[in-house]
Amino acid sequence: MSDPLSARAKPTCFQELILTLQDYWAGQGCLILQPFDMEMGAGTFHTATTLRALGPKPWYAAYVQPSRRPKDGRYGENPNRLQHYYQFQAILKPSPPDILERYLGSLQAIGIDTSVHDIRFVEDDWESPTLGAWGLGWEVWCDGMEITQFTYFQQVGGIEVDLVAGEITYGLERLAMYLFDKKTVYDLPFNRADSAVPLTYGDVFLQNEQEQSAYNFEHADTEMLFRHFADAERECSRLITKKLPLPAYEQCIKASHAFNLLDARSVISVTERQSYILRVRDLAKACCEAWLATQVGKAA
Amino acid sequence: MAELLLELLSEEIPARMQARAAEDLQRLICDGLKGAGIGFETARAFATPRRLALVVDGIPAMRDDVSEEKRGPRVGAPEQAVQGFLKGAGLASLDEAEKRDTGKGEFWFAVVTKKGGPTAAGLPAVIDAAMKALPWPKSMKWGSGTLQWVRPLQGIVALFDGKVLKGEVSPGGAMTPIAFGDTTRGHRFLSNGTITVAGFADYVSKLRAAHVVLDPAERQKIILEGARRLCGAAQVSLLEDQGLLDEVVGLVEWPVPLLGTIDAQFMDVPAEVLIVSMKTHQRYFATTKPDGMLANRFVVVANNVSRDGGATIVDGNERVLRARLSDAKFFWDQDRKVRLEDRLPVLKDIVFHAKLGTQAERVTRIARLAVEIAGHMPDADRGLVEQAALLCKADLVTGMVGEFPELQGVMGRYYALSEELPLAVAEAIGDHYAPAGPTDRCPSAPVSIAVALADRLDALVSFWSIGEKPTGSRDPYALRRAALGVIRIVVENKLRLPLRPFLKADDLLAFFAERLKVQMREKGVRHDIVDAVLALGGEDDLVRLLARVEALQSFLGGEAGRNLLTAYGRAANIVRAEERKDKALAARIAVMPDLTLLELPEEKAVAAALTAVRAKVAPALEKEEFAAAMKVFADLRAPVDAFFEKVTVNVTDKPDLRLNRLKLLNQIRATMDSVADFSRIEG
Repeated sequence: MSDPLSARAKPTCFQELILTLQDYWAGQGCLILQPFDMEMGAGTFHTATTLRALGPKPWYAAYVQPSRRPKDGRYGENPNRLQHYYQFQAILKPSPPDILERYLGSLQAIGIDTSVHDIRFVEDDWESPTLGAWGLGWEVWCDGMEITQFTYFQQVGGIEVDLVAGEITYGLERLAMYLFDKKTVYDLPFNRADSAVPLTYGDVFLQNEQEQSAYNFEHADTEMLFRHFADAERECSRLITKKLPLPAYEQCIKASHAFNLLDARSVISVTERQSYILRVRDLAKACCEAWLATQVGKAA
Repeated sequence: MAELLLELLSEEIPARMQARAAEDLQRLICDGLKGAGIGFETARAFATPRRLALVVDGIPAMRDDVSEEKRGPRVGAPEQAVQGFLKGAGLASLDEAEKRDTGKGEFWFAVVTKKGGPTAAGLPAVIDAAMKALPWPKSMKWGSGTLQWVRPLQGIVALFDGKVLKGEVSPGGAMTPIAFGDTTRGHRFLSNGTITVAGFADYVSKLRAAHVVLDPAERQKIILEGARRLCGAAQVSLLEDQGLLDEVVGLVEWPVPLLGTIDAQFMDVPAEVLIVSMKTHQRYFATTKPDGMLANRFVVVANNVSRDGGATIVDGNERVLRARLSDAKFFWDQDRKVRLEDRLPVLKDIVFHAKLGTQAERVTRIARLAVEIAGHMPDADRGLVEQAALLCKADLVTGMVGEFPELQGVMGRYYALSEELPLAVAEAIGDHYAPAGPTDRCPSAPVSIAVALADRLDALVSFWSIGEKPTGSRDPYALRRAALGVIRIVVENKLRLPLRPFLKADDLLAFFAERLKVQMREKGVRHDIVDAVLALGGEDDLVRLLARVEALQSFLGGEAGRNLLTAYGRAANIVRAEERKDKALAARIAVMPDLTLLELPEEKAVAAALTAVRAKVAPALEKEEFAAAMKVFADLRAPVDAFFEKVTVNVTDKPDLRLNRLKLLNQIRATMDSVADFSRIEG
């Protein structure tokens, strides 16, 4: 058996995929950060991306982010749709000229040999209405399968970026299903087959998907969530006036997640939906502006 | 004579933008060359996913002097204006300018000559200006730079006569400028390092050696021929799709068509679903069996020659397709568990438009309209029409249409068939979005016609009622297409349907008239003929309207028609001239002439001819025999010609006689205008 932590070893299980990517991007000069400790819809919401993408300071970081999309819950019955899944995100700001070559190096590291596979960069422009952010890039295909989102950030919080960050997002479950040839996410080996206690992704997360789906769709207290949304919105605005963008931004994330839950509970009509998105965007925008005014945010 | 070679290497350019960008580059460079006094013979541009390339041939090594003329102020203008002119033109004093009389006075002119010189010195500025002006539909900056390009720009080959031009493009910020050079890169995975090129022929052949086919037309040919060969060997036929082919050509630098297999478990899913899923998600081509049914093979075009002959790539693509089609099959199986009728309550939750209510309300309106329309169609069963109309939007809330909106209608038809609803109902659900464009087929079954018309008429009337009318460039609800659809369905099915009661607003009827004119013009019908018929006003039966247009067109095509038009013109001119002098005249002469006041045999003959013609024309119009009606007019020609020869209309000393003759002339006009407004016909 090869050393599971060696960058050369081809990962054989979900956790080795994460370790390999961390190892690889650490080798590219990225900070290896830990997940943001709040519910969020995507790795982009992590302050390491949203806020650090702004301002004139260089920033290289990579991290795993648990991502929650309440509406995507399927009670554990769909082979690849989950209301809680993992993204691996690398952000390189300013984007180096060889960023695509570096990205392709990460594919080699996880065992995708570009001499037998067909890698394609297919146009995909990214936009986050709630973050007031957009960028241009591609979805990267491997033999017809989307394995990565690649985006050059142009605007965040409605503010044009100073330095362009290249954001690389791997959907880990989907990538792992491809690498380990599994038809359902729940069959993925979470750790190595020769571990003392070998477990699958289903062993770890199936019950969570079942219970959380029931919560998201049936039991979440919508009155409470509306209240939470309003509270978070108010608190966020108040903290902005106190020039505390980081705590304010956490309230913005809270509001966003409350909205996602309400959306899953189908209690927000089509017209209201748009106005909620705009309310979150206003918060995000205010946080980004306040962040830029701080010592770390602005030019040193 | 020398050659200019330009290549702009970048990260992957979206497929849909490549062809246009290559054209723009060619246009901008060619315009720039002309503006800089640099001649050339031919120019060709190419695009691949990673590069735009341009070769311009036949450029002389030295460029011409360019002289430019600048008009200055009037001679004797204030000193300030003169100084401004001299400065702008780069002249030291007025001695270097010349006076010229423009016909509107004397002005100062400066003739500035830019000396020519080596062409190579002028080219970098042309390239720089073209790159700045290239209009990408969406562009971005990268790194620490500010330069906008479609994706990060990586290199520029700029060779003139085999030599590197002096120049560079700076992305801005702290980034290293991209210098003009003679090196580029080959295929991302099938080549290594850089390639040094000496000229266009060398460039093309070295790129080919580095696994890049520069010319999109050649890549297209490779894909088509390769795909057909694979299909032939598997005894299937390629289902060709130009839009898909264009996109795939822009996704690969080295196309390698491969044949994959669709898992048998999916082959009972409707063919349209498989085709659209393969196309939109995966960019695969579908194939058909000799009997025309969908075959279980697909063609994927890879951008790589793999060591294992494509086995891994095909296997991977088949796996992805299996996952995709599992979703599709899941929708197909799930959707059929709920009857279309039982989905109707869900339409109440779907907003069609904030000001126009829900889809459920829209369906109610469509059903009412469809039944009303069916009242004009003897062969349409109103019960089936109502059923089809009520169900026509139910598939919008199925899982499949949620996933593939373009399958709306198609899926409704399949679900209706699987519920064993009447065939006419299923077909109407499937047909009611047709025609989607000028080349699309038109529904022809009675139930389908009624629903398709109701769908469009409701959209038109509804959006009209909230002021959402199309403007010159904006037609977000595709109302022009909806109106053209109505016109085609009515006309092609020869439907006798008065539109006015359905359209409600007069300007909506006018909107239809405008669409009809556009459509007729495209078919080569003279616009003045359409105008002449439309000017009658009030005609809302398109079939009758077109019959009139056709009759008029053929009448005016013959000698009798043309001669009569001349006579009509004389009569109308006299009446109009008199009407202009006397505003009250029009009303006074809009009556029959007094037969007792007729004096000359020629005017009596005209009156008699008019009476006879009217007697024949009225029943012909009644029977809608427009050609026959116009033929009758030929009887007017001889008496009218004789009238103009012998009779003076404006007899100044006998006002009653004059008035009566004007009435007679007015009757000639009025009689002919009952068929079409002949005054609109351009001689």
